[in-house]
Amino acid sequence: MIHARDLVRTFKSKAGPVEAVRGLNIDVAEGELVAFLGPNGAGKSTSVRMLTTLLPPTSGSANIGGFDVVSEPAEVRRRIGYVGQGTGSGPYHRVRDELVTQGRAQRLGTAAAKKRADELLVMLELDGLADRNCASLSGGQKRRLDVALGLMHTPPILFLDEPSTGLDPHSRANLWDHILKLRRKTGMTIFLTTHYLDEADTMAERVMVMDNGVLIADDTPGRLKADLAGDTIRVSVLCEDQAVQAGGIARNLPGAREAKVDGRNLTVALPDGEALLPEFIRRLHQEGIEAISARVERPTLDDVFLGLTGRSLRESAGA
Amino acid sequence: MAFLSDTTISFRREIGPTLRSWYYIVFGLVQPLLYLALFVPLLGSVPGPDGASPLQWFVPGMVVMLVLFSTVSCGWALTEELMSGSFERFLATPMSRPAIMVGRALKELMPLLVQALILIVVAVPFGLALHPLQMLLGLALLMLFGVGVASLSYALAIASKHDGSLFYLVSHSISLPLMLLGGVLLPMTNAPGWLYALSRFNPLTYLVEAERALFVGDFANLSVLYGALVAVIVAAVGLSVGVSQIRKASL
Repeated sequence: MIHARDLVRTFKSKAGPVEAVRGLNIDVAEGELVAFLGPNGAGKSTSVRMLTTLLPPTSGSANIGGFDVVSEPAEVRRRIGYVGQGTGSGPYHRVRDELVTQGRAQRLGTAAAKKRADELLVMLELDGLADRNCASLSGGQKRRLDVALGLMHTPPILFLDEPSTGLDPHSRANLWDHILKLRRKTGMTIFLTTHYLDEADTMAERVMVMDNGVLIADDTPGRLKADLAGDTIRVSVLCEDQAVQAGGIARNLPGAREAKVDGRNLTVALPDGEALLPEFIRRLHQEGIEAISARVERPTLDDVFLGLTGRSLRESAGA
Repeated sequence: MAFLSDTTISFRREIGPTLRSWYYIVFGLVQPLLYLALFVPLLGSVPGPDGASPLQWFVPGMVVMLVLFSTVSCGWALTEELMSGSFERFLATPMSRPAIMVGRALKELMPLLVQALILIVVAVPFGLALHPLQMLLGLALLMLFGVGVASLSYALAIASKHDGSLFYLVSHSISLPLMLLGGVLLPMTNAPGWLYALSRFNPLTYLVEAERALFVGDFANLSVLYGALVAVIVAAVGLSVGVSQIRKASL
């Protein structure tokens, strides 16, 4: 449904040309839910704006739902719902009017647009607000209205650019409930950008990590974490000598990457820590070393980003 | 056909909030009366064209000024939507780009058209002679001209990248000399030679002359042809600049 080949976008600036996106290649199949993750300024929005025909690529090509973004933009626009980073509704316009206008703009007849608007108002829990000015809605309501606007023509592909940024945790969870429900119902392809790690981790089946205008990883959150970060086993023993001895044993565990000893504490980085922890404790016991505490830490996508770039996404995102 | 229906969609969206604000409507209705009440008394000693009422000369100038000043600054209204993202939402739909602009421009022009009609009707008891067909043609030319100026104003708003002072500086430093040199308020025939020569390079001059010819009922005047040409050219240039600016906008 979404294919990009060597997509490049360069912006002019006073300090010379800035390469916002430097050769993006992506393939998203029908029905996938993909999260595009990366710090602010990584090139996520620029990529989405190229994929949605809003920004012409400097070079390269993109094909959305079978149509080229440069030569057939109108066909692409008919097949996509686009929820941008900002607020899509106009402050002085009424909620239902905006939905109907959007439906008409997407080539629905007036009657069909009105019917669809009423459906979406109910579906996104905006009924009761239909005749209000959009400016009077809360942040969460505005964002749900943005999603409703993007869904007016029941597009097969939905682009969401930072859909939950700026929302409180409750509104975020609520918005996600709605998006996931819609997806189960319609099976549409969803492509979203986010800098919330937990969101990408729990919601997406596939995560693409972008940094400095290039894609640096593309896989399921589970595999990314297993391959690029791995688990950490933390064990405490009775004395420092035993900790050093335990370190030696740890280094012989299958797949162990590194073992660090700090006083009576030991940390081992390795894939699949949960399966190896019992074996590790059994081996320690055979050598007469008793573990007084033990736990496995699962990696986060931030560890993945840290492993890939040497920087923490939390610092880079400023969030 | 898509162009016409998209223009209607765009126009109807924009006019909605205007029609719902009663104070805007009241102010809009009172404004032309103010112009007449505060200006017409000054015209008592001014001779009209060929012995006709000075209103025949004054009203068309007034209408041109209304259209020019309203459309030149209407681009700023777009800035809020450029920043918030609601303009972008329409760009991600298959809507025709010129239609989006024309619909918005017509939203600015519709109240001006109503005001111009009020101005004409109210001026009749004070001595304005009605030439309905010619006056309507004059207003149609002004609408065409207004669409062009509004589109240029939208293009300027996009180009000035949310910088309000830059937008106003550029739009006013263009529109003010255009208006003064166009002989909107006082006849250019009274001007010293150099000023008159300068005014012949101002496209607005030809539009104003066309309006004045039409308002005295003079169809077959060469200035009507020149004025119509100016209106068509401004509309065509405005729309093409506006649309290319939308396409280039890398906000």
